[in-house]
Amino acid sequence: MRKNISSFIGRRRNWSIPYAFFLVFFVLIPLGLIVYYGFTDNEGDFSFTNFRKFWMQPEAMNTFIFSIGIALITTFLCLLLGYPAAYIMSRMNMRGAKILVMLFILPMWVNFLIRTLATVALFDFLSLPLGEGSLLFGMVYNFLPFMIYPIYNVLQKTDHSLIEAAQDLGANPRQVFFKTIMPLSAPGIYSGIMMVFMPVISTFAIAELLTINNIKLFGTTLQENIYNGMWNYGAALSLVMLLLIGVTSLLNNEGNAKAAEEGGLI
Amino acid sequence: MQKSENIIEIEHISHSFGDKTVLDDINLTIGKGEFVTILGPSGCGKTTLMRLIAGFLKASEGKIYIAGSDMTKTPPHRRPVNTVFQKYALFPHLNVFNNIAFGLNLKKLPSTEIKKKVMQVLKIVTMTDYEERDVDSLSGGQQQRVAIARAIVNEPEVLLLDEPLAALDLKMRKDMQMEIKAMHKKLGITFMYVTHDQEEALTLSDTIVVMSEGKIQQIGTPTEIYNEPINSFVADFIGESNILNGTMIDDNLVEFIGHKFECVDKGFGKNVPVDVVLRPEDIYIFEMSDAAKFSGQVTSSIFKGVHYEMMVTTPEGFEIMIQDYHHFDVGKTVGLRIKPADIHVMKKERLCNTFEGTIVDKSHIRFLGHTFKCPTASQFAHGSKVNVNVDFRDVILQDNEEDGMLPGIVSFILYKGDHYHLTVLTEEDENIFIDTNDIWDDGDRIGITISPEAIKIINL
Repeated sequence: MRKNISSFIGRRRNWSIPYAFFLVFFVLIPLGLIVYYGFTDNEGDFSFTNFRKFWMQPEAMNTFIFSIGIALITTFLCLLLGYPAAYIMSRMNMRGAKILVMLFILPMWVNFLIRTLATVALFDFLSLPLGEGSLLFGMVYNFLPFMIYPIYNVLQKTDHSLIEAAQDLGANPRQVFFKTIMPLSAPGIYSGIMMVFMPVISTFAIAELLTINNIKLFGTTLQENIYNGMWNYGAALSLVMLLLIGVTSLLNNEGNAKAAEEGGLI
Repeated sequence: MQKSENIIEIEHISHSFGDKTVLDDINLTIGKGEFVTILGPSGCGKTTLMRLIAGFLKASEGKIYIAGSDMTKTPPHRRPVNTVFQKYALFPHLNVFNNIAFGLNLKKLPSTEIKKKVMQVLKIVTMTDYEERDVDSLSGGQQQRVAIARAIVNEPEVLLLDEPLAALDLKMRKDMQMEIKAMHKKLGITFMYVTHDQEEALTLSDTIVVMSEGKIQQIGTPTEIYNEPINSFVADFIGESNILNGTMIDDNLVEFIGHKFECVDKGFGKNVPVDVVLRPEDIYIFEMSDAAKFSGQVTSSIFKGVHYEMMVTTPEGFEIMIQDYHHFDVGKTVGLRIKPADIHVMKKERLCNTFEGTIVDKSHIRFLGHTFKCPTASQFAHGSKVNVNVDFRDVILQDNEEDGMLPGIVSFILYKGDHYHLTVLTEEDENIFIDTNDIWDDGDRIGITISPEAIKIINL
């Protein structure tokens, strides 16, 4: 008996069994359940009612489009703020850059709910209105590090002799940036966009706290439906979001592959 | 009027990184259309010199003229020079065509002209049909060609090449050397080539500039550098050589390894200590006979492909390297002679160590950042500045840094036939020269001791 156990453990492929369990019970089965609920009505019959409801109901549709808008704006603002920061840090000496990267990442050590509540308190203290502005502020504040870090990583690894080669061939500082540094950092930009856009589209806590539930994002709608026992409709909305994220990452992968191939501009 | 003939003029250029001086008062002129090689061991400052000319570094002191105008402070993109980088530095996000067209695109040339020019250089570097290829898919040699094409398509006045063949294997390197030489002929522009490979320098150049420790040691044609090295560093660095201590007895007569030899050098004076350089292929070796000027016993013989490399020890105890097509058995006594024209006599750079010192008190003197005991210090007023001489033989080296009065690092070793002449760098960045029979390695950390009797004080 004892020998059996030890030989069972000894075989390397058996080590993957716990992970297989995990994947089946926490990824595949829940996903299957979501698909099942999404494509059935209250009686458990197969139907497209949930999707039709989403399509016909202007409220849900509007929230959906509004959410994509917020995600796009947040991603754009993060890129606008994050790229220069990453560029400056990549040009600094090693120690200075490390400290700065650390400072940018430091807020992440604090739980993001606490951080967001503190942001609410800050807006309160400065008597600034809570609304779209505060929502964007909270989003950018929370997700900026996810944009800076991948871009910084790529920029910092850029071979300096490529920059010198561009100068040598007659590029002035502006041309060096737009013709070499930026295209070379495209992979960093792509992953930065991914890492900001995806969580922003699905988050609801930030919107809830920073607008005192005045502004609804798609994540909020989803959460409310599930919370109120509308499992079928909620599951369908989840699938819509999954589709959106899937399409985004697919586009991104293509961009990334293209970047790796010829470093196409964004 | 000179300025139009010379494409590059470097005047009193010095450069340092922090407190470390990498270039020390460099003066150099390069003629239009020349193939100039900057040759030296790693860390001699050759790459720094090239980067100053390209404009990637700004000189701490001195002036650089390119094509007649002062470009000391001109940024790289406004200089009429292009560089072939050591690791090629091709843009990974562009294909071969766009890499080569990079410079032309910046100049906003019409696209038909760009296409024509790119196709032309692709033909020169024998890379036609590769224009659509990804640069990462090319071999090292092909990337090298693209890098050269990318530089020469801009028609620079000077092409700078920074060890361009270092990353290629031997066979490839030889082929590329010939191609680069042919390209230079065809293009007619000035090539400035940086390398640590003496053979490459001898093969390619019109002019070789030998550098060491931030200074130019010698400038000359390959034959001049090889046959008439100006000092023991150049003789040792270029090709194989025997470097021996000798005495110039009179014009055309030099004594070394215990014999007097006729030679063709003169003007050194009488009984002057000199260095004698013998190339191993210039020494005749044969069965012992009356024709022998001196004799020796073969101690080792290695087959090197074309020739044998033999070490021969003379009865006086000097070891000499000889290269010959014939093999002589180890242990055999052989006859040796040298033609007068093959004996190269060099003035000695120094006869003993000279340091600047200060008298501390009646029995102490301070130099090299250390206070030494010295009985003869009493003859000088304390605080006075003096010169200190220490013979090469009187410096004692110890294995442990702590055992010596001051620590140092062996930075250069020269075998003189019966002893080693070492250059040791102290922490204060001063050189101490030492003659020793012990074997040390380059880079060894050692302790240095100088006994009170060995210190000779000279009033300034």
